[in-house]
Amino acid sequence: MADNVTPRVRVPRDAAAGDTITIKTLISHPMESGQRKDSDGNTIPRSIINRFTCDFNGESVMEMILEPAISTNPFIEFQAVVPESGTFAFTWYDDDGSVYEESKDIAVS
Amino acid sequence: MSFSRRETILMALGAAAATALPMQARAAIEDAIAAFTDGAEPGEGGITLTAPEIAENGNTVPVEVSAPGAASITILAAGNPTPDVATFNFGPLAGAQAASTRIRLAGTQDVIAIAKMEDGSFVQASQEVKVTIGGCGG
Repeated sequence: MADNVTPRVRVPRDAAAGDTITIKTLISHPMESGQRKDSDGNTIPRSIINRFTCDFNGESVMEMILEPAISTNPFIEFQAVVPESGTFAFTWYDDDGSVYEESKDIAVS
Repeated sequence: MSFSRRETILMALGAAAATALPMQARAAIEDAIAAFTDGAEPGEGGITLTAPEIAENGNTVPVEVSAPGAASITILAAGNPTPDVATFNFGPLAGAQAASTRIRLAGTQDVIAIAKMEDGSFVQASQEVKVTIGGCGG
């Protein structure tokens, strides 16, 4: 597991039913591209977050496939429609098999 | 000035290698586009790619893509060691078929966004981004 991988998500706390909201996500991760060499000249192997998903109450909002060209500490911003109150589930999948999760509730009037 | 046979052959090999190299890079990006579109030619219009004209730091270049009505959008970097950058697949609760992220660019190059629309057609947009410091650790 990569060290100190911390997800951070910004979701509005409330919204009106049917609103479109903006969600910003950030996860601290070195995103080792596999292009760098260490001081001995050996290639540092690739180790990145390769997939991100966002669901709301079990339904898919979006999915992103990430390649080594995504910057360190991947930042992803997107929009979601909120039909009712519920919970956003965010999941990041690491090359090494680790899975990082975060969730945020939203109250919809 | 006349060249020996050995020198002539070496010069010819060098010239052949010099023409082959840029052709390899062009093939990689065309392959990447064809892989996403299953060989179809993308059209223009209906997709917006927003990226800076000049990126101060190739390690973190903000890009935004938007294509109303798209099922998915892929971003490619024509001059990176591998062209694939990201693919966004939009679900039923996506508020807009749009997303932003930050990418690495190895040097000045074209960034290409291709959207697969819900009817199966493809549209693309591209923009050259000038990069002052390359973002591949080199």
